Amino acid sequence: MANALVRGCLISASLAWALSAQAAGGSFVVPGSKAASEKSCVEPTAFMRRNHMEVIEHQRDETVHSGIRATKHSLAGCIQCHVSRDSNGTPIPVDRPDQFCGACHRYMAVRPDCFGCHATVPTSAALPRQPQGETN
Amino acid sequence: MKMKDKVQPDRRAFLSTAAMTATALAAGVVLRTVAQAEPRSEAADDSVRYGMLIDTNRCAEGCDACVQACNRENGLDLQEKPEGAEDGKWALQKAQWIRKVQVQDNLTGKRTNLPLMCQHCEHPPCVDVCPTGASFKRADGIVLVDRHICIGCRYCMMACPYKARSFIHQVVEKKLTQTPRGKGCVESCNLCVHRRDNGIESTACADACAAEGHQAILFGDLKDPNSPLVKALERIASRQLREDLALNTGVRYAGV
Ligand code: HEC
Ligand code: HEC
Ligand code: HEC
Repeated sequence: MANALVRGCLISASLAWALSAQAAGGSFVVPGSKAASEKSCVEPTAFMRRNHMEVIEHQRDETVHSGIRATKHSLAGCIQCHVSRDSNGTPIPVDRPDQFCGACHRYMAVRPDCFGCHATVPTSAALPRQPQGETN
Repeated sequence: MKMKDKVQPDRRAFLSTAAMTATALAAGVVLRTVAQAEPRSEAADDSVRYGMLIDTNRCAEGCDACVQACNRENGLDLQEKPEGAEDGKWALQKAQWIRKVQVQDNLTGKRTNLPLMCQHCEHPPCVDVCPTGASFKRADGIVLVDRHICIGCRYCMMACPYKARSFIHQVVEKKLTQTPRGKGCVESCNLCVHRRDNGIESTACADACAAEGHQAILFGDLKDPNSPLVKALERIASRQLREDLALNTGVRYAGV
């Protein structure tokens, strides 16, 4: 109950922030990301703002326990599309406080522990061991 | 060995199968670059059981190609020694999914080399002892740790007779998208689960071993009677390590 209340407050606050940012002429999608050139997220934006954690966490269980990888809800997918790149094309970690996931989470004071394990930029196992460039 | 006469022709047959597999694999590689296999959309099921046959006679002393390939595939080579840690301790502590093991018969002096990794047991002790359900066996026989549920108690490490599991002791800075890794959880060989789910036929270790020309590792589906793996298992004598424990391992060894 208390949780739900806190969650409600957090979400309203994030919506408020979202609205103010949009009033200021932008969304949270960072320039230079693939998302910046796409029209929509994997689900309607308003739904994603409220429910992205449910979406990813549901996918997490599907992938880890059942091996389902054909999905638009993978965490790797979020990062692939939302990651920004500097002028050299090097991806910038999504959890940085000025980046897509990091900026909103910092404002909301939520600290998901996901990035303690999950890569914050798209990387590939293939040589060279650097973050992937602009491909895909 | 009494069966010596019999073993020889069988061995040759196995080798040629292994060679054929290698060619088939090479063809697979080409195919994959042309048409990327579809990622899995239906849940993994028990119509398959993944496993391996490791022919220790083909496993070369001093070669660690499988270990290196595994390390690269799974980002294990990105682990960094914590500041101030002793080299020796770090070597023992860092996560490792495959170990090269050498056993020597003290009477005859015969040395046997083998890669040892998670044996993907049908009755995995690690799953039995896990207090949270993080350690689990996927429907297709792959034994995994769900690190979202793992609390790092390490009971599974104690329970595993093969020393197959590692614990991540410190914050991990560098990781690959396909293998997340972080402080406080246990991990082990997952039979290249990302490859399984993306329709890639082999494992990194088997590919590397074949590329070295050894073909000591044959990966496949234990439930498919036509798979090169099952055909090889039918023909040549193989064993489970610690078969006395009756774990029905998915990884079998020949020549031990
Ligand atoms: C194919 C690219 C793509 C992928 C993949 C993607 N997104 Fe998005 N996302 C977008 C775009 C484009 C927008 C902005 C939509 C708009 O302006 O209405 C967006 C918006 C959002 C928003 C709202 C941001 C705001 O401005 O308030 C959130 C939250 C979000 N995405 C989270 C996620 C998560 C979590 C995932 C992974 C499950 C994900 N996205 C995957 C493209 C993507
Ligand atoms: C202790 C390490 C660890 C932490 C912390 C962690 N994960 Fe994971 N996660 C993994 C591992 C390991 C996998 C399996 C990777 C695979 O098989 O592709 C995984 C897979 C996933 C997947 C499926 C693969 C993908 O990219 O879609 C999702 C979704 C996911 N995790 C979401 C999360 C979320 C959300 C959080 C934070 C609330 C989180 N994880 C925290 C280790 C971790
Ligand atoms: C528009 C703001 C916003 C953006 C952008 C955003 N998040 Fe969130 N996120 C939130 C809020 C608010 C919460 C907390 C909701 C709650 O606690 O109920 C949250 C919670 C989460 C959680 C659950 C944390 C937990 O401990 O349960 C995960 C996982 C998560 N976000 C992942 C992401 C990822 C990955 C991205 C980037 C792809 C992202 N979020 C982008 C606002 C955002």
